[in-house]
Amino acid sequence: MSSILIVPIRPVDHAALTQLLAPLKDIFHTSAAIEEIKYLDPAFAFDTYRNQYNSTLLLAKILGTYPAAGGKVIGITSVDLFVPVLTYVFGEAQLDGTSAVVSSFRLHEFFYGYDPNPVLEQQRLLKETVHEIGHTFGLIHCHNPECVMHTSTSVEEIDLKSERFCTECAGSI
Amino acid sequence: MPAKNPQQSILIVDDEFIVRDSLTKWFRQDGYRVESAEDANHALKMMNSGPWDIVLLDIKMPGMTGLELQNRLREIDKTAVTIMITAFASVESAVQALKDGAFDYVTKPIDPDHLSHLVANALKQKKLHEENVQLREQISGISGFEIIGTSPQISRVIELSKTVASTDTTVMLRGESGTGKELVARTIHANSARRYFPIIAVNCGALAESLLESELFGHEKGAFTGAQYRRKGKFELADGGTIFLDEIGTISQKMQVQLLRVIESKQFSRVGGNDLVTSDFRVICATNRDLEAAVKDGSFREDLYYRMNVFSITIPPLRERKSDIPMLAQAFTKKYSGVMHKAVDGIAPAALDMLVRYDWPGNVRELENIVERAMVLAVPPLIQSNDLPFQFGAQALGLKTDSLASLERAHIETILHRTNWNISRSADVLDIDRVTLYNKIAKYGLKRP
Repeated sequence: MSSILIVPIRPVDHAALTQLLAPLKDIFHTSAAIEEIKYLDPAFAFDTYRNQYNSTLLLAKILGTYPAAGGKVIGITSVDLFVPVLTYVFGEAQLDGTSAVVSSFRLHEFFYGYDPNPVLEQQRLLKETVHEIGHTFGLIHCHNPECVMHTSTSVEEIDLKSERFCTECAGSI
Repeated sequence: MPAKNPQQSILIVDDEFIVRDSLTKWFRQDGYRVESAEDANHALKMMNSGPWDIVLLDIKMPGMTGLELQNRLREIDKTAVTIMITAFASVESAVQALKDGAFDYVTKPIDPDHLSHLVANALKQKKLHEENVQLREQISGISGFEIIGTSPQISRVIELSKTVASTDTTVMLRGESGTGKELVARTIHANSARRYFPIIAVNCGALAESLLESELFGHEKGAFTGAQYRRKGKFELADGGTIFLDEIGTISQKMQVQLLRVIESKQFSRVGGNDLVTSDFRVICATNRDLEAAVKDGSFREDLYYRMNVFSITIPPLRERKSDIPMLAQAFTKKYSGVMHKAVDGIAPAALDMLVRYDWPGNVRELENIVERAMVLAVPPLIQSNDLPFQFGAQALGLKTDSLASLERAHIETILHRTNWNISRSADVLDIDRVTLYNKIAKYGLKRP
């Protein structure tokens, strides 16, 4: 199994990234590390009209800046991401590729008018991270509602699924 | 259980690369087969190489508008579901797209949650539509002719029903009570192009004139005491389908006038209302009355008679097609064996003999009632003679006299019917030689039906 490199995209909660390492190692049975030196500045991907960051541009930047060297590279940020045709995305990945990007922006409870819930938000970040890495392994959305590869376009759907792959998806990695 | 149906396909038509690229990636992650086209010409080529389940189509493109392109694409594949994408909320063009058959429209940028559900719903609707088409094809494969019998008389009825079914002609069914006029009406309807719409049966003889009017034409709220709500009438309910007017010979002169007007104009007003209601229905009517005599004596309007009597089918009484009795009796036995959960699956020869000999003034309806009653009494596996309610005798045979000759004639006729006029078998049953049988057939003037 290839290694996983987490690239922090400013601004980002470093502690939240650190908490991802152990479960990622456990789920993917591989080494996982955080890029501690070359943090990514997303300013170039900022769209002033939409007040959001273009995730496709960020993904291209990650691909060019952080050679995967046989592993997977995932950029994580707390800014709001979009792809041009959609209002927002939780993340974006290269299907059957090496890189992905995930945002925690819409995973926070305050975004929906609720009190912060750090435990729940960390779970959501883990699920979305595992989900996008799953895409880089060529996995597509899964019908099993408990599988982490189940499609989720709202936090409620993220909360319904687990952070684990179903047997069939796990077998495809 | 990864992946959605890999057969499901989406074609994205948009002149902006970034839109095509984003949506292609988005839907591929969902497991769909996705391709894209940047302009109308490319889209038309892609459509020809389809089929595509869903086409996401930009409403504003150079060369040809999305609205025009939608119509062109539908000419190639009318089953493809189109979802229009607009860069700005243009109500006018979106409404036009929906009028032209688009499933829905979305405004860029699209909420991913909305898009996900929209596509899932569109696919669900397409699947339902396809299932519907399949089921219709299956239904079309079923003949729908459930009239039982192989006698020449009933075969002629079936043949005429088949002939008239495919037309929209008004049909008049003649025949004694209980001969199965409603069954023939339903059979004609089931084999007509109107079969996906209802057949509404009205027994005109069972209702008083005032009630019949309200029953046929409906009524407005407050039209009469007790009319608390507006109610649709039978003609309105039969829209697209067939109205079966049974016992048409019993309706009053006033109703005859109204009926003629409705049948000719397909328009009427509900009782107590002024608004005209239009309904597209086919008329099948039935009567056991001698309508020609009724026209002569003035009790039935001549114009209505000619309007109703366009294509007439006369259903023979059961006594004139006795060779069908064993088949009918067996069919009713099977029906009630299922309904009553009783393992009676046949009729003993002696009992069947009695059924064939009987004259059946109540026709098939009486036969069904008698079999149903016998099924209650019968001890499995067969219905026996003593399960039948009538006794063998001249009356049961429908004979006017108890003379030996009339009994012999009736008996020989029954056996000939039972064996479908097989002379050798009939002679065996009667325990006489074939020559004697031929002589008796000649003596009594019996003729093969």
